Amino acid sequence: MTSVLYDAPGPKARSRHRLFGVISVVVILAIVGFVIWRFIETGQFSASKWQIFTFARVQQTLLDATGATLSAFGVAAVGSLILGLVLAVGRLSDHPWVSRPFHWFTELFRAIPVLILMMLLYYGLPPALGVKWPPYLAVVVALILYNGSVLAEVFRAGIEALPKGQREAGLAIGLRKSQVMQSILLPQAVRSMLPVIISQLVVTLKDTALGFIVTYNEILFQAKFFGSQVQYGTPIVPSAIVAGVLYVGMCLILSGLAKLAERQLRRSQKVAGPKKGAPLQATQAAQGAAETI
Amino acid sequence: MSTLLNNLDVFTTGFRTTIILFLVSGFFALLIGTVVGAMRVSPIPALRAFGTLYVNIVRNTPLTLVLFFFAFGYPKLGLPEIDFTVSAIVGLSLYTASYVAEVLRSGVNTVPVGQAEAARAIGLPFSQTLTLVVLPQAFRSVLPPLFSVLIALLKNTTVAAGFSVYEAGAIRAYLAERGEPALVVLLWVAFFFVVLVLILAQLQRYFEKKWKVAR
Repeated sequence: MTSVLYDAPGPKARSRHRLFGVISVVVILAIVGFVIWRFIETGQFSASKWQIFTFARVQQTLLDATGATLSAFGVAAVGSLILGLVLAVGRLSDHPWVSRPFHWFTELFRAIPVLILMMLLYYGLPPALGVKWPPYLAVVVALILYNGSVLAEVFRAGIEALPKGQREAGLAIGLRKSQVMQSILLPQAVRSMLPVIISQLVVTLKDTALGFIVTYNEILFQAKFFGSQVQYGTPIVPSAIVAGVLYVGMCLILSGLAKLAERQLRRSQKVAGPKKGAPLQATQAAQGAAETI
Repeated sequence: MSTLLNNLDVFTTGFRTTIILFLVSGFFALLIGTVVGAMRVSPIPALRAFGTLYVNIVRNTPLTLVLFFFAFGYPKLGLPEIDFTVSAIVGLSLYTASYVAEVLRSGVNTVPVGQAEAARAIGLPFSQTLTLVVLPQAFRSVLPPLFSVLIALLKNTTVAAGFSVYEAGAIRAYLAERGEPALVVLLWVAFFFVVLVLILAQLQRYFEKKWKVAR
């Protein structure tokens, strides 16, 4: 295997690599082993700490909490995709009085932390308006506003990475601007940006966990509740493990989809470009600018 | 305006902690991220596998859960006690490091293999190939995404407010006791975050211009 950093190793380098490999495996196993040893030593794997998770009621509650997480994610994902499309199209308008407000909106909501947005919507707005709404609404709306703005940048970057000729050809055959956007630019941009879009959706899924802080009844909130039950030995570490498995599992499935989309994209290079592979490079360049955590 | 001026002490303490969190975790995230990134491009399969495992797991874990573990789970493990600020720094560093590692890895991968091959062909040793040819090019393509990661880290510090750290995200809770309207307080917090992000973005633009390369 050659890389930018090193040549294909010869016999001497190979044996050296083997030695380093053994040393690093030992060091890594030692670190992981230490953590597991601490877990065992403090009884985190003892049956009494896990007993609470054997009750059907507890399992049902966890399942409901997972449902709550997924429902917030689902609504936020659809909402942010729609908002992202609207913001991107608005920002690409030829009229400055249209594109400028859209630009400001996008930049503003990209700069405010999601948690502050959630707090604004949960603690700030309702008393000021004299109404009351559930934390679910605050979580979903905050996620839509933030991720919609990020996705708008992703869509815009995807559209701008397309060759200029695409738009010009569309206009030349007599399509209107909205038709060019709808049937030529957007489909290609969405296609080429699909991996980035899905990884942004992973971010959305992860950010639903922020609902924990504004008392939304999702997985982490329930984990905290079960983890502080004194009569079951305050199983906070087992709770964190359960919540971790649920979150990592769901996110890995979504990330797997992103990887699948990327591979599909690389295989069927149907996106227009001056030469093969060029849009993908442009995409990667655009990715860097739009990527967030 | 009076909400801000009457409670300047809370605002300054909050944002001071936020900036400390940002700087310290940013430093450690860059450090750990560089190590993990180097693992991911190393010729040793065991290190590559571990780097990939770390990045894949941490990138798919919510930051809230990471901080949750370090704030509530860690104290139960009978290890040296740390306060909430330190545990937030540990969590933020480990989480952000996985993103730094990814950025660095893809930065190294953007340098065409031919560059290194040409460097070797004219007789440069490994150290010079790395420092004179590969890293300067990788660095330039790494800069914009690295700044995005740092900006995200700045915004992510607010999550620590949910875990007993007195920083910008916690200002609302402190001022609720003084009876200030939450909406105004939070709007000020949001405003200062926009300002901080704008400063970072300006810095990014400055560095990009400084190290721009004509291709």
